[in-house]
Amino acid sequence: MIAPRLHVLRYLRGVKNAGFRFAAALAAAPCASVAAAAAAPEPIKIGVYASLTGKEAVWGQSAEKATRLAVDDVNAAGGVLGRPLLAIIEDNQSKPGESVTAVRKLISRDKVIAILGEASSGRSLEAAPICQQARIPMISGGSNPKVTQVGNFIFRTHFIDPFQGTVMSRFAREKLGAKRLALLTEVTNAYAVGLAKYFSADAAAHQTPIVIEQKYSAGERDFKAQLTAIKAANVDAIFVPGYYTEAGLIVAQARELGLNLPVLGGDGWEGPQLLAIGGPALRDTYYCNNFSSESDVPETRRFIARYQARYQSMPGGTAADAYDAVLMLTDAIQRAGSTEPEKIRAALATTRGLRGVGGPLNVDANRDQLKPAYILGYNSGDYHLVQVIQP
Amino acid sequence: MSEFLQQLLNGLSLGAIYALIALGYTMVYGVLRFINFAHSDVFMVGAFIGYYLGKLVPEGTLWGGLLVLSGAMIGCALLGMFIERVVYRPLRHGPTLNVLITAIGVSLLLEYTGQIVFGAAPRTFPQIFPTANYHVGSLTISSNQVFVIGVAILLMIALQLIVFKTKIGTAMRAVSLNPKAAQLVGVNNNVVISFTFGLGSALAAAGGILYAMNYPSIDPLMGVMPGLKAFVAAILGGIGNIPGAALGGLLLGTVETFIGGSQFSTYKDAIAFAILIVILLFKPAGLLGKFTIEKV
Repeated sequence: MIAPRLHVLRYLRGVKNAGFRFAAALAAAPCASVAAAAAAPEPIKIGVYASLTGKEAVWGQSAEKATRLAVDDVNAAGGVLGRPLLAIIEDNQSKPGESVTAVRKLISRDKVIAILGEASSGRSLEAAPICQQARIPMISGGSNPKVTQVGNFIFRTHFIDPFQGTVMSRFAREKLGAKRLALLTEVTNAYAVGLAKYFSADAAAHQTPIVIEQKYSAGERDFKAQLTAIKAANVDAIFVPGYYTEAGLIVAQARELGLNLPVLGGDGWEGPQLLAIGGPALRDTYYCNNFSSESDVPETRRFIARYQARYQSMPGGTAADAYDAVLMLTDAIQRAGSTEPEKIRAALATTRGLRGVGGPLNVDANRDQLKPAYILGYNSGDYHLVQVIQP
Repeated sequence: MSEFLQQLLNGLSLGAIYALIALGYTMVYGVLRFINFAHSDVFMVGAFIGYYLGKLVPEGTLWGGLLVLSGAMIGCALLGMFIERVVYRPLRHGPTLNVLITAIGVSLLLEYTGQIVFGAAPRTFPQIFPTANYHVGSLTISSNQVFVIGVAILLMIALQLIVFKTKIGTAMRAVSLNPKAAQLVGVNNNVVISFTFGLGSALAAAGGILYAMNYPSIDPLMGVMPGLKAFVAAILGGIGNIPGAALGGLLLGTVETFIGGSQFSTYKDAIAFAILIVILLFKPAGLLGKFTIEKV
């Protein structure tokens, strides 16, 4: 019980399956298949680390699916520089510390030319220094600004938390008319702490102060103590920057305590677990995301249709990020004309106007992205698009 | 005032679950003088049995809920007896440390087998009992909280009756007092120890179901923290002492909730454990435990 956890490194289907998929992709593109199969060029290896199991397994699994879809798309179109892509995917079990092991293995043993991942800022922050040190480009899906500040090899596909925090504070003020706000922050999570900070800063600047801030740690299940204190503080809305499992429990327990206020969250809320745990208690909750299944952007619509056809499920924001990461990398390799990490890095830094499935991809001077935010609200069994906010 | 009462209620319903788990630790300690670290994972298995049984019965019915609860209790009782028979019994006459290490091994075995069999991703526990919210003044009481406290009290009374009013209970106390002497007067120690494990594990299963009802997200590592807290509760109350375990659990849950609702919420575990240290400094045998001098 109290002994240290055994570390089981999972070697995922990566190598074996990718070869099969590559062959399948070739079969699907008959015009290219004859020449390519004859020459059999060496594949370009890209490393992916994701939370395929554990608490945030939903994100890792949808990222894995989207990565495979993207890689197959690139290969079906003839690959990059005449060579197919090969994704090697490692699991970090949603646990702190595991990403480092996974990324080290991908770089030193598999000799990948770039690292993609992951949706969690905390785990991206663990992997980023390893990639920076090894001078291997990394494209994260995290939103904490510190991720890209690690160094010039670190990029992202996601918008950043200062933007997201401002968007949600503005939404609480303008759309919900909230004057007094409460915060319930997951203090063991870099993403949540950062998001809480930017949200409070914007709220304080607009005279809608945070009158009470309560805290919790990852994996906690009882939030009634914090919620009872919030209830006594008489607020208009609660902001819960954190991840979906806890968010679902928090909303359910808030309603149980008779706390029928709007509850707001960030993109960490996205996951079917939220709906499963929260259920109808989620009425009057809103969260900000980088993706909406109701978006009318043609690239997004096409991506949703193809993802659904292949996996019979709806892609989320992490899937869009994972797909776009492959897109960004492919585009950079193409423009660099080389698979040398240093040249890919230089090309990534000049990514402009690439049409990603989750919105336009433009890398700015800080290697961050400016992308629209989608505010989703719960209504009769699911979240629907309420508002799109352009950067 | 209403905030105070609400926090007290929250704390008691959390503490009642700790108390149920703590009873298992304390009973095994009372009879065998060792800490069964796998107990917290039996708690987890109880929640998962409930999860699968909960799919077979209609949601939100009283009879369905009771069926799930008793099914999980029986399942875990069998599991507890099985673990005792296969793992602990062969080691019973060796040093206590060996059994302790083995218990940690069994705990890890259950956790990681759980990750393979049930999957590591959290699952949503079904609403097996009907739920409602009652408003008493400014106090909000959910049926789950009432149910948790009610079931915990009922089970503790039942346990007290078993231990003090039945033949097997008398035998348990006899083995706890002096196993060799008990054997001499005709008590079958193996049966008594098996029964103790079964009873403790059934209580852990009940705790698991009640916990999952209140916090409907379950995963194979869910037992670790509540198990640790319940272990602490058992020591706080005086290990080996049944009412002590109940008191320790309620106390720990309440203290944790009150700190959780203050601005020191980040430190709630640290403060709760610091209180434990202070209590043990002044009462080394726990609140209700008797300190006996060992003769050398």
